[in-house]
Amino acid sequence: MLNREVVIAGAGPAGLAAAIEAAKAGAQVLVVDLNIKPGGQLFKQIHKFFGSSAHRSGIRGMDIGTQMLAEAEKYGVEIWINSAVIGLYSDKIVSIERGLENGEKELVNIQAKKVILATGASENVVRFKGWTLPGIMGAGAAQTMINVNRVKPGKKVVMLGSGNVGLIVSYQLMQAGCDVVALVEAAPKIGGYGVHASKIRRAGVPIYTSHTIIEARGTDRVSEVTIAELDSKWQPIPGTEKVLECDVVTLAAGLKPISDLVRLHDLDLTFNAVFGGWVPKHNRDMESTQSGIYVAGDTTGVEEANTALEEGRLSGVAAAEALGYLTAEQAKELKDDIWERLDGLRMGPFGEKRMFAKNDILADFPACVK
Amino acid sequence: MALDQNGVITREELINFKQIVSDERYKKGPVAVIECIQEIPCNPCEAACAQGAIKIGMPITELPILDEDLCTGCSICIAKCPGLAIFMVDKTYSDTQALISFPYEYTPLPEKDEIVSAVSREGVVMSEAKVIKVMNPKSFDRTPVVTIAVPKEMADDIRSMKRK
Amino acid sequence: MCMRIKDHVIMGSDTATATVKITVDGKTIMAIEGEPILAALLSENIMVNRYTVKLKEPRGLFCGIGQCTDCAMIVNGKPNVRTCITPVEEGMIIQTQHGNGMEEGGGTHA
Repeated sequence: MLNREVVIAGAGPAGLAAAIEAAKAGAQVLVVDLNIKPGGQLFKQIHKFFGSSAHRSGIRGMDIGTQMLAEAEKYGVEIWINSAVIGLYSDKIVSIERGLENGEKELVNIQAKKVILATGASENVVRFKGWTLPGIMGAGAAQTMINVNRVKPGKKVVMLGSGNVGLIVSYQLMQAGCDVVALVEAAPKIGGYGVHASKIRRAGVPIYTSHTIIEARGTDRVSEVTIAELDSKWQPIPGTEKVLECDVVTLAAGLKPISDLVRLHDLDLTFNAVFGGWVPKHNRDMESTQSGIYVAGDTTGVEEANTALEEGRLSGVAAAEALGYLTAEQAKELKDDIWERLDGLRMGPFGEKRMFAKNDILADFPACVK
Repeated sequence: MALDQNGVITREELINFKQIVSDERYKKGPVAVIECIQEIPCNPCEAACAQGAIKIGMPITELPILDEDLCTGCSICIAKCPGLAIFMVDKTYSDTQALISFPYEYTPLPEKDEIVSAVSREGVVMSEAKVIKVMNPKSFDRTPVVTIAVPKEMADDIRSMKRK
Repeated sequence: MCMRIKDHVIMGSDTATATVKITVDGKTIMAIEGEPILAALLSENIMVNRYTVKLKEPRGLFCGIGQCTDCAMIVNGKPNVRTCITPVEEGMIIQTQHGNGMEEGGGTHA
C-alpha cells in the first residue's frame, strides 16, 4: 500500500487550490481526477471572472486553470488523471482505480493522513416530451464541445434556463459561431446576472421569461421545439405556443452537488435547497463530521468557481495545519483572509442567500465530531 | 420591463442607480458610461482606472460610482469589466454624430472605416455606423473594444453592433 | 460540413490539423490527435451515437463528461465505450451501437 499525507478527490478549482495550499505548506499531496485532463470545469470558462481584483478577478477561468496547474507543479503536487476514487475506508484508506499510460486500469490502495473531497457538481436535467432526442444536451456539454474541443454541437440553439450558466454558455455559443435562437426561462425573472443577460440581448437573442419547452420534435435529431408561456402556477397557457426551429437544445437548469464519496464514508449530510441538494456538514475549516476528512467546492453546495477556489484553499490550509506544517497562528492568518474573501463573494442580492445557507450549515455542525 | 425581466437596462433604472452622466459632462468630451446596477461581487473596474474615477470600495458588491470630472474617457475600463457593462460615449465628436465604444468579443472583428449596423441594448438595428477604431492590445486580454460613429440623437441607445 | 471552430476571438485560430484517420460506420473521417471520439463525430455533424435497447430510440451527446453514457458506441468491436472521454487513435473503427451492442455485428469482435 502506498502512503500519501493528503489525498484529494477532484482536480477542479477546489481540489487544485487545496492541493496548492497544502503542498505550499510542505505536505505531500496527491490529487486524483477521473477526467483526461486536470482543471475540472475551469478550462471551459473562457470568460473573465468576477470577484475581487486583488484575487484574480478579471482573469479568464481557463487562464486561472493554467496558472493553478503551474503552481501545483511548482509545489510538487502529484496528479493522477483518468483515475477514480472508488473507495474510502475507515482509517483513511483510499481505493483508486488508476488509469495507466497504456489505457489499462489498476487498483491502488493508499493510506492517507488527510482526505479532501472536492468532487464538484453535476448538471440537472429537465424532462419534456422528446427530451432524449440527440441534439438536446446539458449546457455544460455544449460548453465543453465549443471551448475545449473547438467543435460546434450544431448551428441553431435554444437555451433553457437563465442562470449564469445559461446566460454565459449562450454567449459563448455565439462566440463559437452558433446562432442562439432564444433563451427560455420558466421563472418570471432572469436567474443570473443582468450584465450577462444584457450581453446576449445586445447580440439579438430574445429572452422568454415565464416560458418553458413543452415538446421537442425530430427524427434522430431535434429539429424544432414548442415553447409556451406559463401562468403563475407554472402551467402552460393554451394558445401561447410558439415553434422554434433548432438543431440543438441546451439545458441549464442548475447543478447538484456530487456526494457519492461523501455518502460512501458516512459523513453527516444536510439538505440545502440553495446549494442544490444534499451536502456534507462541515465546520469553518471545511472539515466534515469525520475528523481528517475535508470537503470543498461545489460538493459542499453549488456556487461558483471563485468560491470553490477559496473553499479549497481553506481545506488545504486546515489539512496542512492538522499535519503540523503550519502553526495555529500561521493557519489562522491565512484562514481569516480566505474567509474575508468568501464573505465578500457571498454578499449582495445574488450572494447573500448563499451566505445565509452556508451559515446554516456551519451552525448545524455537531459539537462532537466522530 | 426591467433588467431582471428581459436583460435590458432601462433609463429609469440607470437614473435610480445614479448611473447617468450629466449633460454638462457630455459637453466636455468622451466619458465612461457604466451600466452596472446589480450588487454583484466584482471590482476590477476600480483598479482599472488610472485616474481613480471609478469607486467601489468595500464590500466589493457595492455599485461602481463614476466621478465624471476625473474620467478622461480613455476607455481602458471597457475591456477590464468582466460583465462587459462599461461603454464610452463621446457626444462632442461632430455636430451630428457621437462616438460609442463598446466591448466586442466576436470574430470576425470589424475593420476601421467599415460600415456596420449599430444596435440598441435589445439588439435592434438602429442605424448604419462607420467603424472609427478597433482596439485589441494585449492588455485588454482578448476583449476588443470597437468605436463607431452614430447619429448623435441615438447616443444614449446604441450600445453595440450586429454580429456578422 | 465542418463544425470545427476555425477562428475564435478568445481562443485564437485553430492550429491543430486533423491527421488521425478513423472509420465511422464504414466511412473514413479525419480526427485531431488527442481529441475525444465524440468531438471528431461532431466535427462531421454526426449526432446519433446509439439506439436504446427496447424502444430503439436514438441517443447522442448529453453530458459530455463521461457520466451519462448516452454517447456510448462500439469502438474496435468493444461496445459501451463512452466516446466523449475516449481519445481517438489511428485506425479506430467506430460503430453506432444498437441496443447493448452485442447484436448486429456490434460486440461480435469483442
